[in-house]
Amino acid sequence: MDFDLPPQHASFRDAVRELAQGVALPLAAEVDRDHRFPEKAVKAAAEAGLMGVLIPREYGGAGLDALAFMLCIDELAQACASTSVIVDVHTSVGSEPILLFGTEEQKRRWLPRLASGELLGAFALTEPGAGSDAASLQTSARRHGDGYVLNGTKVFITNIGRAGLYVVFARTGPEERAAGVSAFLVPAETPGVRAGQIFKKMGLNGSPTGELVLEDVVVPAANRLGAEGQGFTVAMRALDSGRIGISGQALGIGQAAVDEATALLKERGRGQRGSPHPASRPLGSPRLGAGGSLPTWWGGQGDDFTLADMATRLESARLLAYNAAWLCAAGRPFTRQASMAKLHCTDTAMQVALDAIQLAGEEGTISGTPFERHVRDAKALQIYEGSNQVQRIVIAREMIQ
Amino acid sequence: MDFDLSQEQVAIRDTVRELVQDRVAPRAAEIDEKAEYPKDIERLFADNGILGIPFPEEYGGISGSSVTICMGIEEIAKACATSSLILAVQALGSYPILVAGSEEQKKRLCPPLASGEEVAAYALSETGSGSDAAAMKTKAKRYGNEYVINGTKQFITGGSIAGTLVVFAQTDPQANHKGISAFVLERETSPWQAPKLEHKLGIRGSPTAQLVFDDVKVPAANRLGEEGAGFKIALAVLDRSRPGIGAQALGIAEGAFDYALAYARDRQQFGQPISSFQGIQFMFADMATQIEAARHLVYLAATKVDAKAPDLTKVASMAKLFASDMAMKVTTDCVQILGGYGYISDYPVERMMRDAKITQIYEGTNQIQRVVIARSLLK
Repeated sequence: MDFDLPPQHASFRDAVRELAQGVALPLAAEVDRDHRFPEKAVKAAAEAGLMGVLIPREYGGAGLDALAFMLCIDELAQACASTSVIVDVHTSVGSEPILLFGTEEQKRRWLPRLASGELLGAFALTEPGAGSDAASLQTSARRHGDGYVLNGTKVFITNIGRAGLYVVFARTGPEERAAGVSAFLVPAETPGVRAGQIFKKMGLNGSPTGELVLEDVVVPAANRLGAEGQGFTVAMRALDSGRIGISGQALGIGQAAVDEATALLKERGRGQRGSPHPASRPLGSPRLGAGGSLPTWWGGQGDDFTLADMATRLESARLLAYNAAWLCAAGRPFTRQASMAKLHCTDTAMQVALDAIQLAGEEGTISGTPFERHVRDAKALQIYEGSNQVQRIVIAREMIQ
Repeated sequence: MDFDLSQEQVAIRDTVRELVQDRVAPRAAEIDEKAEYPKDIERLFADNGILGIPFPEEYGGISGSSVTICMGIEEIAKACATSSLILAVQALGSYPILVAGSEEQKKRLCPPLASGEEVAAYALSETGSGSDAAAMKTKAKRYGNEYVINGTKQFITGGSIAGTLVVFAQTDPQANHKGISAFVLERETSPWQAPKLEHKLGIRGSPTAQLVFDDVKVPAANRLGEEGAGFKIALAVLDRSRPGIGAQALGIAEGAFDYALAYARDRQQFGQPISSFQGIQFMFADMATQIEAARHLVYLAATKVDAKAPDLTKVASMAKLFASDMAMKVTTDCVQILGGYGYISDYPVERMMRDAKITQIYEGTNQIQRVVIARSLLK
């Protein structure tokens, strides 16, 4: 047993951290405020090779494993959650299906452009009537000569309008539910492909989310990913490892919230904000606040206990996520562990973000502070790439069946 | 024992409910999006007597009962938390006058508030004096028949739009909290400045202002109670207003709950409404139980305010603590039930989740409520 990161993973993490803290962090508040795509951060990530973390070297990627991918998303999310979700969706569900299910020709054609960041990837499964029940999707792919004609509307698509390549799931056969679904690689410039409504969201404002509208989109058979009817398997496998990325994102937001809360309590300890922390008070001196009227609760044991609970929860979440990533990287079954990691990490991120803003008090609710941004960003994680209700279904099913 | 509202209260509630559903609910999303104070809703409340709820009839109002105030706030908050603050802050800003004012002050200062001609606000917090109110720096110095106030207040709800403002200031800085006094400022004669409004996570239409007092003169006749009584007044007011924050949290939670329940009955996945799944049903069962428990605590606290009960402080803090923690949890779960739709602003629950957060923070953070409760237990 060895809980240490392998040295090459640790140095990779440090390199991502430098980029994230140097480039993504200074833009995070602005990107959120102006609902602006973090162009500069994504470009820097591409230049550093982070758009191809999971793609083998022979296809122009970094050839790293799931653990490295999770560390990368964690570090980016600590700086800017919007940037992290853009890179995450691109890298995992937007590119990995080609790696896992693509023909050699498809890999050679698409992976190098995705790895370099020339093309941004996206994943189009959800529809207005098919969310948790993805197998009920209605988008159609009708055989037409040597290709298919796609029609339908996808919804809640991350990287909408920015992506160069969409992995689209559509119904090719009359078979019921999952059995009739196939996967397609649809370049954004294909006639009939367009972005519909772009949603105004609670958080992750730098990451565009919206509808993907497909109207008589002609796709050659060479762009079908996997066999006809294999689409749902492609989607589910993509989401399994996608959940490792979302776990990393949750760890990043959670870590940022814990770090900011820690800094806050330390500052109060130095008397720079509010009442002194008890640790800075001589032993035996009266437990009174600066006004002499209230006990020194502020920065007292109540807050210390909150911080301790936050850190403990986050540590447990981190270990679950590392375990899932480690199993995945080792080629072992990891579906249940990835769902557990996604569930626990994202619930933890939400709770820790709420705890941190509570410690910060009213000033934490002011727009532009990281505290309120973390709360708004964290909520999405409990919902996307399989809501936490779906994770519970997956976990129970894996255990019972 | 009687858990029913009086006939008169039911009548007021039904009037408020109808008005809110017809006129406030359709405006709520826009108020949030534009982050603009809804002056039209303020006028609507004034015209329909809602702003008179915090005042007894002898001062021009229609009730003065905390139960009725809470009921009104709850009904409004179901649709729009920002709008519920118009009533809540009218109550908060008037309580100091009602609790500590002389008969002359009440007769003079309350009627314009009760009619809704003016709105009130309450200025206690400062940058270095949030939970630790006694550390305040704002000073009031007496010159003959008037005081001159200097200082800056922070996070003052409605401070920029109020016509009547209760300000707490040090009249004897050496005496710490025993040197604080309370003053009623009328904007026409004692104008203050509001140079900065905050952009916030939630209750975005409710202006949260920084207020600056630069040699603001206020007649001695507008001091509430004795010099040095201010801190006691401030705490007595917060005891009385905290059930109102509980009611606001309760309303926000109920609004989100009602929306999510209707959505879950309607939304089909796996060939059936998602409300048919036990995982979702259990979430609703837990939420409804929490809401019910919070409601009883809020109204228990309100009856204690009306009865001036000796354990009012403790129960008011419990109501505020429990209801606001409940509202945060319930609204977060309601967003979860709507899934992706819950996260986008085309649907109201993400706004309700953002609005819920502040109820855990203002009028005494929930950490302060725990301190208050523990102190009452250990006294």
